[in-house]
Amino acid sequence: MATHSENQYFVPHGSIYPSILSVGLLSLASGFIFNMNHLAFGQWMMYLGAAIIIAMTFKWMGTVITESLTGKYKAWEDKSFRVGMIVFICSEIAFFAAFFGALFYMRVLSVPDLAGFDADITPYKDFLSTWPSAGPGGVVLGTEYAVPKFTAMGPWGLPAINTALLLTSGATITWAHWALIKNKRTQLVLGMLTTVLLGIAFLICQGLEYHHAYTELGLTLGTGAYGATFFMLTGFHGFHVTLGTIMLIVILIRCMKGHFTPEHHFGFEGVAWYWHFVDVVWLGLFIFVYWL
Amino acid sequence: MSTTTVANHEEHHDHPTGIMRWLTTTNHKDIGTMYLTFSLVMFLVGGSMILGIRAELFKPGLQLMNPDFFNQLIGVHALIMIFAALMPAATGFANWMIPLQIGAPDMALPRLNNWGFWLLPPSAILLTLPFTLAMFGIGDGALATGWTFYPPLSVQGGIGVDFAIFAVHLLGISSVMGSINIIVTLFNMRAPGMTLMKMPMFAWGWLITAFLLVATIPVLAGAVTMLLTDRHFGTHFFDAAGGGDPIMFQHLFWFFGHPEVYILLLPVWGFIPQILQTFSRKPMYGYKAQVYSLWAIGALAVVVWAHHFFTAGMPVPALLYFMYSTMAISLPLAVLFFCWIKTMWKGSMTFETPMLFAVGWIILFGIGGLTGLVLADVAADAQYHNSYFVVAHFHYTLFAGGIMGIMAGVYYWLPKMTGNMYDEKLGKWHFWLTAISFNLTFIPQFFVGLAGMPRRIPDYALQFAEFNMISSIAAFALGLSQLLFVYVIIKCVKGGKKATDKVWEGAEGLEWTLSSPPPYHSFTEQPIIK
Amino acid sequence: SAFADYSWNFPEPVTPMALDTLHVHNKFMLITMVIFVVVLAIMIYSIFAHRKNKGYKAVADKAPSTAVEIFWVLVPFVILLLIDFVIMGIPAYHSVVMMEDTRDKATMVIKVTGSQWRWQYEYLDGDAQGIKFVSNLTTTADQQHNVADKGENYLLEVDNHLVLPVGEKVRILMTASDVLHNWWVPQFGSSRVAVPGFIRETWVQVDKAGTYRGQCKELCGKGHGYMPVVVDAVPMAEYKVWVAAKKAEIAKAGEIKEMTKEDLVAQGKAVYEKNCAVCHQVNGAGLPPAFPAMTGSKIALGPVFGADGKYLKDGHLDRLLNGKGVMPAWKSTLNDTEIAAVITYERQALGNAASVDPIIQPAQVQAARQ
Ligand code: HEA
Ligand code: HEA
Ligand code: CUA
Ligand SMILES: [Cu+2]
Repeated sequence: MATHSENQYFVPHGSIYPSILSVGLLSLASGFIFNMNHLAFGQWMMYLGAAIIIAMTFKWMGTVITESLTGKYKAWEDKSFRVGMIVFICSEIAFFAAFFGALFYMRVLSVPDLAGFDADITPYKDFLSTWPSAGPGGVVLGTEYAVPKFTAMGPWGLPAINTALLLTSGATITWAHWALIKNKRTQLVLGMLTTVLLGIAFLICQGLEYHHAYTELGLTLGTGAYGATFFMLTGFHGFHVTLGTIMLIVILIRCMKGHFTPEHHFGFEGVAWYWHFVDVVWLGLFIFVYWL
Repeated sequence: MSTTTVANHEEHHDHPTGIMRWLTTTNHKDIGTMYLTFSLVMFLVGGSMILGIRAELFKPGLQLMNPDFFNQLIGVHALIMIFAALMPAATGFANWMIPLQIGAPDMALPRLNNWGFWLLPPSAILLTLPFTLAMFGIGDGALATGWTFYPPLSVQGGIGVDFAIFAVHLLGISSVMGSINIIVTLFNMRAPGMTLMKMPMFAWGWLITAFLLVATIPVLAGAVTMLLTDRHFGTHFFDAAGGGDPIMFQHLFWFFGHPEVYILLLPVWGFIPQILQTFSRKPMYGYKAQVYSLWAIGALAVVVWAHHFFTAGMPVPALLYFMYSTMAISLPLAVLFFCWIKTMWKGSMTFETPMLFAVGWIILFGIGGLTGLVLADVAADAQYHNSYFVVAHFHYTLFAGGIMGIMAGVYYWLPKMTGNMYDEKLGKWHFWLTAISFNLTFIPQFFVGLAGMPRRIPDYALQFAEFNMISSIAAFALGLSQLLFVYVIIKCVKGGKKATDKVWEGAEGLEWTLSSPPPYHSFTEQPIIK
Repeated sequence: SAFADYSWNFPEPVTPMALDTLHVHNKFMLITMVIFVVVLAIMIYSIFAHRKNKGYKAVADKAPSTAVEIFWVLVPFVILLLIDFVIMGIPAYHSVVMMEDTRDKATMVIKVTGSQWRWQYEYLDGDAQGIKFVSNLTTTADQQHNVADKGENYLLEVDNHLVLPVGEKVRILMTASDVLHNWWVPQFGSSRVAVPGFIRETWVQVDKAGTYRGQCKELCGKGHGYMPVVVDAVPMAEYKVWVAAKKAEIAKAGEIKEMTKEDLVAQGKAVYEKNCAVCHQVNGAGLPPAFPAMTGSKIALGPVFGADGKYLKDGHLDRLLNGKGVMPAWKSTLNDTEIAAVITYERQALGNAASVDPIIQPAQVQAARQ
């Protein structure tokens, strides 16, 4: 229950940004669809949509920042943001759960099933239930799928380094937070800066890893069950890291501008929470996708 | 006063007018109104589509459309009715009533709230655009896979599938944003002294719905994303050749899909008891029992999904587990039914339109629920599955349990929302016409289903002819009756006998302490609950 | 047909499973009806007894003590508990076990393959081993478009019935070649989804001779309503005769002989209208963009074989044998003669007159298969 020292909850003015943002999404989505189906203008609709989305996000967040700076948000509003952020992160967890679910399902159920039919009836004579697996191969809706040769991505190369990078970044952002509370601004900025750099480093390594997979390991999106889960899981995670890094940069800039006070800095914490979430997801990936 | 108003940062009545008011509004009532209006419109759209189907099924043979178009109408009908008619209606009520019921100035995150709504029209466009494109020779129409997107059919399908996938994505974002907003509002905006266990039942229903949405919508998003990559980017999630499994999609889909059906009804289970207590002039029976039952349903909802594909082939233990867990859902629901009826028992009842709908709702949803219980039986389900028996079951739950429940809510709160009484006589007519034509539409479908008529077929064997004819005629009557509904609403919005603040003699709860219609900023001073 | 011969419940069961299912269903229905009527009765009574306009005053609204409340809500809870897990739960358990036991005491095995939009049957053991045929809808377009009279088995009639011996437990292996299908005969009480790439199992034991009809029960595209299942259950003796006859017939159809253009076109017409017309239309106009037209089609007029005598990739024969996208692969469903015939028909009829490779001989198809 909120503290009602003052029962004045801030209800913002009307805003046009959300509705325009939706138009942007519509344009992006239909553009993407047109593109995938080789229709004209897809490209441009996507660019337009993306532009609108970026513009609106920044305007929207800009308003929020000004409101925050002009002290419109008090404890009561602050709590709303916190609860909201937590619930949002829960929904993100559910999203990743779907892909982890797919990974476990294929590994534990469908691949063994396909290898498990009686010898006299099985269509896949010498297919063994192993993991990583690219499946038994066969004709799908009229197109032949020949099982590609590939080597799995081992855990102890780049992935291990990436793990180190993300875990450290988790530590550095905590350091920054501590500095913020202790009102040590230089340390705050330093902490944020290192976090951002670690994030970027992670993304670079991820890029190298993908390059390695495609060029040397013969591991692609199309490499059956393993390839699909590997790239979708790591890919969506990488996408989240990218978003996280962008948000971190914004926060970094705000820190340098001297925003946030020791007692009042939800913007900072929200992003920090998000970063930790991305961190935890990575651990799951490292264990279940790379290692086991 | 103005110093203590929540909106003390903005000059009063400087709100933009005309279209800009609606595009920019952060006011929970405006947004609620938009949700409800959108819902009504889409209900008519989805309904008109299915009338096309009923016309085609009027007699054996292909009369009006080719099978492919038939399949497209079915799927879009379902997606529109569920995502664009029923869910927005519930969210509309949430926006309107939750702040009023818990004594809050507004929803907790007003701008997010506005976005939540404005994501809907784009999704509706994405759902229906393929029909138009097809007219200009682009693509071959909307998704023809039914609303369930099952691969490999959906992998084989045309551009319509892609549109539906992204429609689902936008709808999903909208629902999650809506849920976040409602959860935050309920946790953070309740009037001082209103503990969780003093919350109105409607708020409870919505809280659990919101949790279910947050937990399951992202899984659907993930599933359709895998579908998209299987279609265009060469992944093999749902294809045996690559070690995937088409049935895996069904697991993912129904992990969302089954909770979805409770997502749709929990808000209704919330306000129906409130209506019953109002018109029985007697507090609702077993508040605690009802709250715990809602929780139990919420929990069970996410562990029973596989009852939608018993015939897809599962190990015996899995079959048994999903059968028994599914049956278990009937326990909390039996408790709810009991409490509802016990609330009416020895009350002093009057039967204005909302009460008529509420009582009719109990009976018809009872049928839907009981047939659901029967469907849970694996052995018998081998027969019921994908037959018209199932279609009948879920229209008793979705149309009777969902839409008719919503209608009860509309008549109950319309006077509060507009400040005018609706036309009681026409309201009663609407109820009786709807109830009768609804049963005439769907009871025959139980029988054709048992007799062995599969669903999703554009043409059928002669032995099913008579019942289908009855069903089709009744469906058009049902449709026309809804035009009466539209008329009653418009008439009420336009004007009519002024409504008192309390509106109903037996009304209880904070929303009835405000004027009808309530002021622009609901509770400028939060009331203190003792 | 009039309401008289109208079924209000499951059709007459002819397998142990269907019988069991019917019992489960009737019992469950009865119970739920009772619940419904009882609850309804209480409600109706209350509705009439406790109304305001009868001057009925609401009972003093002091909330009941928790103990009383708990007792009351436990009543419906326990009733449903009993129904779910005892009265219905126990028989349900036994039916599930029986339903999933596909192997025990099974005397023969057949394989059912669903494809858009026809069923393929293959006998895997016994003296019927090797028998393999496709079963297509025979209802004509005219009947569907209300031009011709529909006849009594409208949409439930096929060219080749599946024939099973009465009283034998048949283990059925279920699979599909393209999308999901579901093999369902209501009177058998068994239905299984056919999943491409996987093999699912079910079983039937038809105890009463007769012809039984069902339909595909999983949405599988535009032809979903048009892939019925028709099964003849015949006494063992009759079954043996049928097996012998069928084998002879297949042997005959299998043999390769030179054919004239006329024979090829004539036989091709039959094959085309049975298998291809669903999508490419009887007149060859197709349903663009999804289903291209035959008339004037590049593939149907272009060369079939390359200089080396091998058939060309994406040539007419390749497309028929191996399919592509929505176009199914026909190598396993049609024999050499049928393929040769239908190709020739498509090249020489439907407004086409191919000059390169004008006709294809069964021998060439046979060679192409190697
Ligand atoms: C809001 C929608 C809704 C609701 C509430 C329900 C409720 C239930 N449903 Fe339903 N169901 C659907 C919507 C819904 N369903 C849809 C849309 C489909 C098809 C999806 C598709 O394939 O397209 C479906 C399909 C479906 C199937 C799959 C059928 C098949 O395809 O083979 C099953 C199987 O178990 C099932 C079971 C149940 C059960 C056990 C409940 C339980 O919750 C019911 C519990 C309630 C009770 C047990 C009633 C208790 C009442 C009393 C005790 C007294 C009543 C008497 C009076 C009031 C007089 N449902
Ligand atoms: C909330 C959900 C919801 C609602 C409200 C409805 C409402 C209706 N549904 Fe819906 N239906 C589904 C959800 C819903 N349905 C789902 C999930 C499926 C499964 C789809 C699938 O298989 O994938 C389905 C499938 C489905 C089928 C099976 C199709 C098939 O399998 O072949 C049928 C057949 O009769 C049907 C009929 C109806 C009818 C007659 C109504 C009526 O209640 C509609 C009444 C409303 C109107 C008619 C519109 C209002 C009137 C006007 C617009 C004015 C014009 C009217 C006239 C001129 C008369 N529905
Ligand atoms: Cu095959 Cu439906
Ligand atoms: Cu369900």
